[in-house]
Amino acid sequence: MNILVCISKAPDTTSKITFKDGNTKFNEDGVQFIVNPYDEWYALVRALEMKEAGGGKVTIISVGGADYEPIMRKALAIGADDAVRVDVLANDAYQVAAEIANYASSNSFDMILCGKETIDYNGSNVGGMIAGILDKPFVSNASKLDVSGSTASISRDKQGGTEVLDVSLPAVISCAKGMAEQRIPNMRGIMAARTKPLTVVAGSGASATTETVAFTLPDAKGAVKLIDPENAGELINLLHNEAKVI
Amino acid sequence: MNVLVFADSFNGAIVKSALEATSYGAKIAADTGGSATVVTYGNVSDSDLNLIAEHGISKILKCTSVSDMDPQQLARLAESAAKDSGAELVIFSHDYTGKSVAPITAARLKAGLVSGAIHYPSTSGDFTVRKAVFSGKAFADVKITTATKVISLLPNSVGKTKSGGSASVSDFNPDLGAKSVTVKEFKAKGGEGINLTEAELVVSAGRGLKGPENWGMIEELAKELGAATACSRPVADIGWRPHHEHVGQTGIAIRPNLYIAVGISGAIQHLAGVNGSKVIVVVNTDPEAPFFKAADYGIVGDAFQVVPKLIEAAKQFKASQA
Ligand SMILES: Cc1cc2nc3c(=O)[nH]c(=O)nc-3n(C[C@H](O)[C@H](O)[C@H](O)COP(=O)(O)OP(=O)(O)OC[C@H]3O[C@@H](n4cnc5c(N)ncnc54)[C@H](O)[C@@H]3O)c2cc1C
Ligand SMILES: Nc1ncnc2c1ncn2[C@@H]1O[C@H](COP(=O)(O)O)[C@@H](O)[C@H]1O
Repeated sequence: MNILVCISKAPDTTSKITFKDGNTKFNEDGVQFIVNPYDEWYALVRALEMKEAGGGKVTIISVGGADYEPIMRKALAIGADDAVRVDVLANDAYQVAAEIANYASSNSFDMILCGKETIDYNGSNVGGMIAGILDKPFVSNASKLDVSGSTASISRDKQGGTEVLDVSLPAVISCAKGMAEQRIPNMRGIMAARTKPLTVVAGSGASATTETVAFTLPDAKGAVKLIDPENAGELINLLHNEAKVI
Repeated sequence: MNVLVFADSFNGAIVKSALEATSYGAKIAADTGGSATVVTYGNVSDSDLNLIAEHGISKILKCTSVSDMDPQQLARLAESAAKDSGAELVIFSHDYTGKSVAPITAARLKAGLVSGAIHYPSTSGDFTVRKAVFSGKAFADVKITTATKVISLLPNSVGKTKSGGSASVSDFNPDLGAKSVTVKEFKAKGGEGINLTEAELVVSAGRGLKGPENWGMIEELAKELGAATACSRPVADIGWRPHHEHVGQTGIAIRPNLYIAVGISGAIQHLAGVNGSKVIVVVNTDPEAPFFKAADYGIVGDAFQVVPKLIEAAKQFKASQA
């Protein structure tokens, strides 16, 4: 089975968020980048487990500049077989999805796995858009994924519970917690990653459909109002009369 | 502008976030001199169709040929309904269904999508809409540059507005293509009925509670307030609480009106899931706990003494309101 895993980079969760160029761009100075956790912990690791059990190949794909290569090498160190970077500085999820769909349509994959969302722009868009462009089935927020023959059996998170369903391959699946356990790359993996193929391809010229015009930071919270623990019940009055939330 | 709202339902009942999306779409249409249409799927009851009408909608398209959450078929439905109603803007709720269907619909309509919007769009001049980014640590104003536009609205961002009224309901069963998923089984989460992502009030607890046997008081406080329960990640990881209660960076993100955090330190990854809450209350023995910096109200004290007092006060409050 050939699996394509979409890998995005994201600022480390403890990063300080600031902006530049008149608040139109995220300021990357001093920010540590990681592989987007959903892509790494769930999509990539589950793809590797399926390959280990049933054979095939795991290819990772990223749409981005050369600054993506360190996190792509990390994905190779964890165990992906090869990597493709589409050399486009994408402006939105649609542009990313169009480039991935374009690459996928000229190479044959049984499954395209992505994360449920990137932790920076929190879109949950790319996977569904790839499926929409390719006109293939899409299952989002999958927490369990098994394949037999050309059918994937999936548990997906849904309002109020979990749904178990079957989908025919090829399909696009977005991965959430529960699907696999994080793997830490070992020394052998890290050494091997250095020589694994990382191919850079040009974009197809797809354009973005949205544009971020300005970022703003939320107003700083006022100081916390402390309530005497002996008189904790007073909180309920404040929530009703002052905060007006109950 | 003409607006289409995709209204999600579950077992024939319209979900609350769909009514928020409906109110949102109706207001945008009214403000811009257009009309708003709602499309439903599944066997939605007449009383629920009425409920949609009461939220400012005069035209409902009812599709009964699909009832499962089949993203590919539902995207085809949204696409057909958008074309049928001449919609320039399609609204989803940014919940599980919206996250599945909106991006496919956007790709099919070649429409720009802003997911997780938290405000009304600005429609004079460029069409821009605000969303939360970086797990709530910042906002982005995003311009949609395509002729047709799609927005998915974050639950609990705008209220529901009941304005009365009635709607014409037409059967709408366009060609949706083959089923793309075969649903085998639905496992309900169990527990009390309040859905965490939709809850307006949430009581949450963390490792400070020492063990799963101590959650009785958290559940009781939640019950008295009519709140849902949530927890921090370590508590779900060690099995004290079910995983679906885990909020934060790697769990679910919520933005209730009230979030009460008991015995949770307030690590940045936890805050990422709750800092959109309107009012945050923190109960913690440690005055240095980082959560106090993000809180509106704080009680420095022992949960085992404070929570019973809160339950008592909540009971009295409830009685006084009855
Ligand atoms: C990549 C990554 C992702 C993560 N994602 C998440 C996530 O999604 N959600 C999440 O929650 N965490 C997440 N974490 C973990 C997070 O960093 C914290 O470790 C976690 O939130 C701490 O949980 P806690 O507050 O329950 O426990 P602790 O940090 O142990 O805090 C317990 C608190 O209880 C207080 N306390 C003790 N006794 C009492 C008492 N009797 N009464 C009142 N207070 C008391 C203590 O003072 C302390 O502040 C993530 C971590 C990483 C690295
Ligand atoms: N630039 C990118 N390159 C490759 N994959 C991406 C990129 N951006 C997003 N993805 C994938 O799409 C998923 C959802 O992203 P998003 O729609 O931005 O929330 C991520 O978890 C990744 O798997």
